[in-house]
Amino acid sequence: MKQDIILAGVGGQGILSIAYVIDNAALADGLFFKQAEVHGMAQRGGAVQSHMRLSDGTIWSDLIPKGEADMILSVEPLEALRYLDYLRPDGIVVTSSTPFRNIPDYPEIDKVLEALHKAPRSVVVDSEKLAKEAGTVKAQNVVLLGAASSFLIIKEASLLGTIETLFGGRGPAVLESNLKAFALGKKAALGS
Amino acid sequence: MSRQILLGDEAVALGAVHAGLSAAYSYPGTPASEILEYLVRLAAETQAFTAVWSVNEKVAYEEALGASFAGKRALVSFKHVGLNVAADPFMNSAITGANGGFLVVSADDPGMHSSQNEQDSRYYVQFAQIFGYEPSDHQEAYDMAREAFDVSERFGLPVLMRLVTRLSHSRSPVATREPRPQNELNKGLAKDWILLPVNARRRFGQLLDRQAEMVRFGEASRFNVLRLAEGDRKLGVIASGVAYNYFREALAGEPGLPSFLKVSTYPLPEGLIRELVGHVETVLVLEDGYPFIERQIQGLFGIPGKTVLGKLSGALPASGELSPDIVRRALGRPPLPALAPSGLPLAGRPPQLCVGCSHADTFKALNKALEGASGSNVFSDIGCYTLGALPPYNAIHSCVCMGASIGMARGASDVGLHPAVSVIGDSTFAHSGITPLLGAAQADTDMTVIILDNATTAMTGGQPTYGSGERLLRLVEGLGVPKEHLRTIEPLPKNHDKNVQIIKDEIGHRGLSVIVAVRECVQEQRKKRS
Ligand SMILES: Cc1ncc(C[n+]2csc(CCOP(=O)(O)OP(=O)(O)O)c2C)c(N)n1
Ligand code: SF4
Repeated sequence: MKQDIILAGVGGQGILSIAYVIDNAALADGLFFKQAEVHGMAQRGGAVQSHMRLSDGTIWSDLIPKGEADMILSVEPLEALRYLDYLRPDGIVVTSSTPFRNIPDYPEIDKVLEALHKAPRSVVVDSEKLAKEAGTVKAQNVVLLGAASSFLIIKEASLLGTIETLFGGRGPAVLESNLKAFALGKKAALGS
Repeated sequence: MSRQILLGDEAVALGAVHAGLSAAYSYPGTPASEILEYLVRLAAETQAFTAVWSVNEKVAYEEALGASFAGKRALVSFKHVGLNVAADPFMNSAITGANGGFLVVSADDPGMHSSQNEQDSRYYVQFAQIFGYEPSDHQEAYDMAREAFDVSERFGLPVLMRLVTRLSHSRSPVATREPRPQNELNKGLAKDWILLPVNARRRFGQLLDRQAEMVRFGEASRFNVLRLAEGDRKLGVIASGVAYNYFREALAGEPGLPSFLKVSTYPLPEGLIRELVGHVETVLVLEDGYPFIERQIQGLFGIPGKTVLGKLSGALPASGELSPDIVRRALGRPPLPALAPSGLPLAGRPPQLCVGCSHADTFKALNKALEGASGSNVFSDIGCYTLGALPPYNAIHSCVCMGASIGMARGASDVGLHPAVSVIGDSTFAHSGITPLLGAAQADTDMTVIILDNATTAMTGGQPTYGSGERLLRLVEGLGVPKEHLRTIEPLPKNHDKNVQIIKDEIGHRGLSVIVAVRECVQEQRKKRS
């Protein structure tokens, strides 16, 4: 059993928090993992990606070879497109449809979404809307995690347990909106 | 035995702590910063050892060396170019030797994710003629860090561990073991540590005498793994560090493996290399960084009757970071089937100054002040403000190494460039801007130095800084900068016109002036609020 995931987004969107939740949930499930992340320069509003590898056996490379990724999980649609050539032909793209426009030449969003829908399996959720509905627009990353949860080889209970550890310290309201964001993301993905 | 999720950097740090670490020093730099960040957190929690952000890498090295002199186990860590700054004490510490176990961690950045070059620290291991480790994964990072202190005490020498970005910044579970207690105080011998020629010659002789033993020790190390494939004499693979993982990844689904040698220690385990090379016709060398191993086994004339493939032969790219895909290709395996790129042109998303960053306001004012000044030059340094090179600012014209902006502005001014402007962050100024400014102050060089005091080392994640606020102003004044030409500005949009005028005035002054731009990094402000 293995699953290779490219996590993508823009610096500041909480990609590394998603990684944190998956890491800890994987450990709780008794899985081995390697998760290569980007620090430094790329975090200042630049493209950020993380290679997340889960397995019950040996994992050699920290980086996912091209064609080996089972999933692209992106908090931003343009960033999801950037890594398509890492995806296996039957891999799945789970992404937000909400563009993060901090560059002058951001392509037309319709073209971006059209390209995403061309992937054999894609789940596109409106993370901004759902996060607002959950109570905080900051929880878009957790919406995406919820959207991906049904396709992960990790138990949902382990994911939720780690979300509780991560956000529990920031007060009940924060935790509640993140749990809601997760649930809304999951529901949207199953309905899409 | 417990399992913890650790970054590669943190695995080294925890390995050191469990080896009885007493003191750790560092100056921030990607990808090494997380080593000391972890140690600072742990030291605050446990109060069991010292962990300090030093003023620069040379100072950090000397502080750690002092702890080793005192008989305690010490660690110093930095990014690869930090070892250039610390090269003087580093080279000489191979002569003094180490007393308490001394681990030097140098994190390379193949591919230059956030560095000015991709130099390979293994050359420093060879240059100093000490023992070195190169882990391939997190568990090895932990285990080798633990072992390194014993090895350092066994040989009486510092030991260097080479990391690369990929491992430093990858997270994985690590099995940890019972910690060992710290050493007692036990001073080094003066005759070993006073490098007068009479002592240094003797100590250098002793260093040379230990070389063969180091090679033998490496050959016996469990981290160097030799496997000869019985019936297969065609290809043998030599792989070190993370390149070993890419090799195993590429062939993971196949029934057998070719002969291989995993190299994890330096000086090279020569005997193991001879065995492998003797067994096969073609040797493929896989290493992230420079062709360090390949060049040594290839030599000037190659190996008669054998083919050596690697970066020198063109089998792998000579620059950049290795990847599983590159190694797969070098092993002659076809690419895996993958989805095609979308075909849509994807705009790049480079890093940028944060919205509201004080540096942006300084650059806007500086650009305005320099409008019409033909032939001017803005020498910059390294930090977030280096992003002033990008549009819309296009405000700087050089960025070389920490502290270079002040010395370069002086040199350019000495030969007639005007205006010569230097732009340097507060942390970089403390690191290596003070000494060149001392010289320029005595000469009253015709140049303008702008120190960007945002009260932090922002670029590398917000570590503390030494030269900030009042302390910085007093320091600059103490260097001999005339008081009337030591000005401060507050880089905010509302102060733009005033700031432009101040910069213009000081550029107009045909002697040394220093302008300190004071406003806190907005990311740090945010962290304090939350
Ligand atoms: C010798 C060396 N050490 C460390 C680094 C990594 N590094 C790059 S910029 C920087 C410090 C930046 O701090 P500062 O000058 O205060 O500027 P800021 O990022 O806060 O704007 C560091 C530590 C380096 N490039 N070279
Ligand atoms: S981290 Fe601080 S110094 Fe760096 S760009 Fe952002 S605000 Fe500016």
